[in-house]
Amino acid sequence: MKIELLNLAHARSGDKGDTANVGVIALKDEFYALLVREVTAEKVKEHFGVMVKGAVERFELPNLGALNFLLHESLGGGGTLSLMTDAQGKTFSTALLRMKIDVSDEEAKNLSIS
Amino acid sequence: MKEKVRVASGQGFWGDLLTAPIDQVRGGQIDYLMLDYLAEVTMSIMQKQRARDANAGYAKDFVSLMREILPDCVEKNIKVLSNAGGVNVRGCAEAIRDAAKELGLSGQVKIGVVTGDDILPRLQEFLDKGVAIDNMETGESLSEILDKVQSANVYLGAKPLVEALGKGAQTIVGGRLTDTGLTLAPLMHEFGWTFEDWNKVATGTIAGHIIECGAQASGGNCQFDWETIPDLANVGFPIVEAYSNGDFVITKHEGTGGRVNIPAIKEQLLYEMGDPHAYITPDVVADFTTIHLKDEGENRVRVYGIEGKPNTEFYKVSIAYSAGWKAVGTLVYSYPDAYQKAKLADKILRSRLDKLGLKFDVVLTEFVGVNATHGHLAGEPPQDIPEVQLRVGVRGQNKADVERFTKELAPLILTGPPSVTGFAGGRPKTEEIMAYFPALIPKSLIETKVEILEA
Repeated sequence: MKIELLNLAHARSGDKGDTANVGVIALKDEFYALLVREVTAEKVKEHFGVMVKGAVERFELPNLGALNFLLHESLGGGGTLSLMTDAQGKTFSTALLRMKIDVSDEEAKNLSIS
Repeated sequence: MKEKVRVASGQGFWGDLLTAPIDQVRGGQIDYLMLDYLAEVTMSIMQKQRARDANAGYAKDFVSLMREILPDCVEKNIKVLSNAGGVNVRGCAEAIRDAAKELGLSGQVKIGVVTGDDILPRLQEFLDKGVAIDNMETGESLSEILDKVQSANVYLGAKPLVEALGKGAQTIVGGRLTDTGLTLAPLMHEFGWTFEDWNKVATGTIAGHIIECGAQASGGNCQFDWETIPDLANVGFPIVEAYSNGDFVITKHEGTGGRVNIPAIKEQLLYEMGDPHAYITPDVVADFTTIHLKDEGENRVRVYGIEGKPNTEFYKVSIAYSAGWKAVGTLVYSYPDAYQKAKLADKILRSRLDKLGLKFDVVLTEFVGVNATHGHLAGEPPQDIPEVQLRVGVRGQNKADVERFTKELAPLILTGPPSVTGFAGGRPKTEEIMAYFPALIPKSLIETKVEILEA
């Protein structure tokens, strides 16, 4: 089955120049392994498509049950150079939470995901 | 030596809630108040203000605030640390001194003045000496943009602040001080930690990172259970309650709104994060993968176990330079066919801009209500969408072309698709663009200075 990431994680995003960062945090500790397996840099890059022109980097923070993504070249130049409504990347968090995650029925049952 | 020190956040950026620092001082016990006034864009704005008026160039809001809270701070022995000095630290400090005198606090207030961050007058000297100042992101050399530079400031850490506290400063004013240093310095000073105790320095730095964005650590902009966060109208700004062993607790005053819990702290920890193994400040390289959090009851989260590594030989420099002009304008289209109308208006506008032969580096169209935040991920809007805002921005090197663009939006009301409104604000403003040139500079080239001004 496909689950929206919104049901597994919460997130906050911000900017550093033309790079947006998205911190993705597991809603329950037991979801973290699933996030590590499914929310890869490649899949995130694919999810954002044209919205992210540069590379996507991923860092793991198992101590916080969280992943940090850097989305390079995603803010129209960044800072005051950008013409975007969201020049600071504040809503990239919820844009990433739209991502669909593959979960087997058995795993969903074990993790009590509905 | 104190066993426990409370550092309160009063301002997450220049323009944050004006009552927050007052509530921090009056709403409960604190030892220090830290206020961050500077975003990257702020320094270049302040340089321009100072070019017009030699007495300007700092956050005047800070002086108004100090007029209000200084008597409380003196009475309760609360010390204040701020980077409100912008590009005129001395001017800001003198304004605080004058305010203290007017309040009848002469002889009771020492103001610590921290300078040395402003290297705008020294850039040519550095290049002449052969110091490589290159853009960290693009590799471009500073010499290529030198004639367009508006401001250049080194991010200074906690050391000069600790020195000022050691000299008895009640209020400390600096320019481009790191946000984290404003929280770290009081802990270094009170607990007698040394700058080579990397784990402790990292601890104070991460405490600073958590509270530097104000209420973002206490329920503001918090996605987790956002609809249940109580009384954000009276949100309590976060407070670091630090202990000499290196643990600290994030909390807020009793009776305030908002919420301090583990999900909120995690969200803030990840805010503007790069590589979590190496959060680099002038003071330390902190490792966010060593942070541990523990729930200590209502509105209390304990943070412990933090490790750090030695700092680097460099300061980060933030350089702002003029990079052309921009303007953004909007119009609102209503049902029926709101989105289709907005799209047609955009097409007409672009056709007119082409015909006029205007040159832009970028023309960006967004449809607010459809794709301004989540782009194509939001999918096609419903056919009966009630309204859509057309938002078009241009940027380019030629100011006249950008100004011409600002005159092309209003005509769309009478010469484009119907049921359009939302132009009451008049023509869009043409703004100068400040681009950033982040670079590194050897610490050995920078001299910081700490002076004490007595009220």
